[in-house]
Amino acid sequence: MSVLRSLNQVAAVTWMNLRNVPARPSSSIVAMLGIAGVVAVLVAILSISAGFKKTLSGTGSADTAIVLRAGSSSELSSGISAEDARIISQAPGIAQGADGPLTSSELYVVVDVPKRTTNTDANVPLRGVQETAFEVRQSLSIVEGRRFESGLREIIVGQAASRQFAGLDVGADLQWGNNEWTVVGVFEDDGSLSESEIWTDTRVLQNAYNRGSSFQTVRARLADIDAFQTFKDALTADSRLDVTVEREADFYSGQSRVLTAIINSVGVAVTGLMGIGAIFAAILTMYAAVSARTREIATLRALGFGRIPIVVSVLIEALVLGVIGGIIGGVVAYYGFNGFQTSTLNWASFSQVSFAFAVTLPLLITGLIYALIMGLFGGLLPSVRAARMPITVALREL
Amino acid sequence: MSSVKIRGLTKTYMRGSERLDVLNNLDLDVKGGDFVALMGPSGSGKTTLLNLIGGIDRPNSGSIFVDNQRIDQLSDRQLAHWRSRNVGFIFQMFNLLPVLSAERNVELPLLLTNMAAAERRSRARTALSLVGLDDRASHKPAELSGGQEQRVGIARAIVTDPGLLLCDEPTGDLDRKAGDEILELLVALNQSQGKTIIMVTHDPHAAERAQRTVHLDKGRLEMDAAA
Repeated sequence: MSVLRSLNQVAAVTWMNLRNVPARPSSSIVAMLGIAGVVAVLVAILSISAGFKKTLSGTGSADTAIVLRAGSSSELSSGISAEDARIISQAPGIAQGADGPLTSSELYVVVDVPKRTTNTDANVPLRGVQETAFEVRQSLSIVEGRRFESGLREIIVGQAASRQFAGLDVGADLQWGNNEWTVVGVFEDDGSLSESEIWTDTRVLQNAYNRGSSFQTVRARLADIDAFQTFKDALTADSRLDVTVEREADFYSGQSRVLTAIINSVGVAVTGLMGIGAIFAAILTMYAAVSARTREIATLRALGFGRIPIVVSVLIEALVLGVIGGIIGGVVAYYGFNGFQTSTLNWASFSQVSFAFAVTLPLLITGLIYALIMGLFGGLLPSVRAARMPITVALREL
Repeated sequence: MSSVKIRGLTKTYMRGSERLDVLNNLDLDVKGGDFVALMGPSGSGKTTLLNLIGGIDRPNSGSIFVDNQRIDQLSDRQLAHWRSRNVGFIFQMFNLLPVLSAERNVELPLLLTNMAAAERRSRARTALSLVGLDDRASHKPAELSGGQEQRVGIARAIVTDPGLLLCDEPTGDLDRKAGDEILELLVALNQSQGKTIIMVTHDPHAAERAQRTVHLDKGRLEMDAAA
């Protein structure tokens, strides 16, 4: 029953404290907005890496394998000969299409295209694919124009690339090196990394960039998800080959690691510093709140209220300010940044990745937890001061 | 009806490096059902003595018994619990909580008991009607006159039915008429309910209403007179 009594005390004092909040609107608002600002910045920064990660991890499926030269961690540094590509395409575990195994031997180069926003050149991946690529990646579809014709210098452009970069509209002619290319279509691929790319016929690209008959990667659609091990074992056991085999999904999520780590550490550092500032604002607010109520607290103590309910109630008040600030910050981050389109350099491929900021539920929860931590630290010292105040001295306060 | 027995009570404060002997080896007996006025010049130790009897301050030495229970050796937690059961405080500035209605203010001490909410409300209403304020139950302190606020303060002090009421200048912030009404109320509580009342006051007119007046000066008992 003493627990019930304590809860009664906490509830009564907390209720009183919260009823007092509107009496000090400016300092309460400053504390709430301080916390809201920190949460908004934290969530916004983390939403960059979440969006980037989402784009990369949304790329590639578990039932598609990518084959690179052994030791290569990126497509740019990989190389596969035509003969190796042929051997790979005959490995067990690959799904069969109407015209044979569903593999696409691909070439990957980087071209300069000006950004729409700054008009400065950025690296955009130009991927050469075989016709089977559209069967290997079944989520891909043309949303404007048509596919490129084999043998012609025609390109199709990912939807995100078309939004971010200038001059990639259907019908446009583009000059890269000594070659002129015509944009014939725009494709979408569920917001994945492919949408940041430009695609063309792999043979045409080999000629244009003097790559002979070599490729950089081979994509293979697996007969089913479980066929991966069979496929991988067959390739790694084949003495003619020296290759690395990964599921496409794993490959891309590995590629996002460097950038997300950088963004996350910047986010944590920036918001860590801002958080300290917000905690001080909360501390000052709660000190003001406690000192405005010195006599009330002393009266309660004289009536027999314990120290703990006083501490807990001041903490709850600070936490409530924190939660409100956290919610405001989360809402600002969501409406201000969620879906905001941008592009950045993917350090793993040295080419631009277009992606959207993703303010996800876990990020909002992280922001709210951070707000609670700020509120807790903001309320801690003032609550202890409130509880330790000698009753006889505090009763004389005006 | 609570009795108070004080022996060898000493209370010292430090003001910087200066030592202030506020109470000096003081003895005092208050019988159960007494109404005692504590008088004396400023700084004579009246309020300190009241605070020590009420268990919101601690002596440097000496003993305080209330109803034969020694309270100066209780822990902070035990003292808080003891206060909630045995003492009603009435303050000069009323010390009501401004955000709560009169009824909620009176109900506060009952939150320290295991009483159900309905029972608490009913007791608070009864206490308010005892001080003649049943029609003001839902008013906030700011909507009440000073005299009415002090009545709410008294209702809060008696709602747990303690044997001892400690009043620190209960009429000090009121005009003569309102002050007289409060004194009437205290006398009534003393006579009809047998509450032991110890009242600090500067006002000889207020002290006249008590059965006994104790004068303090420089921390010592100067004069002890029955009315």
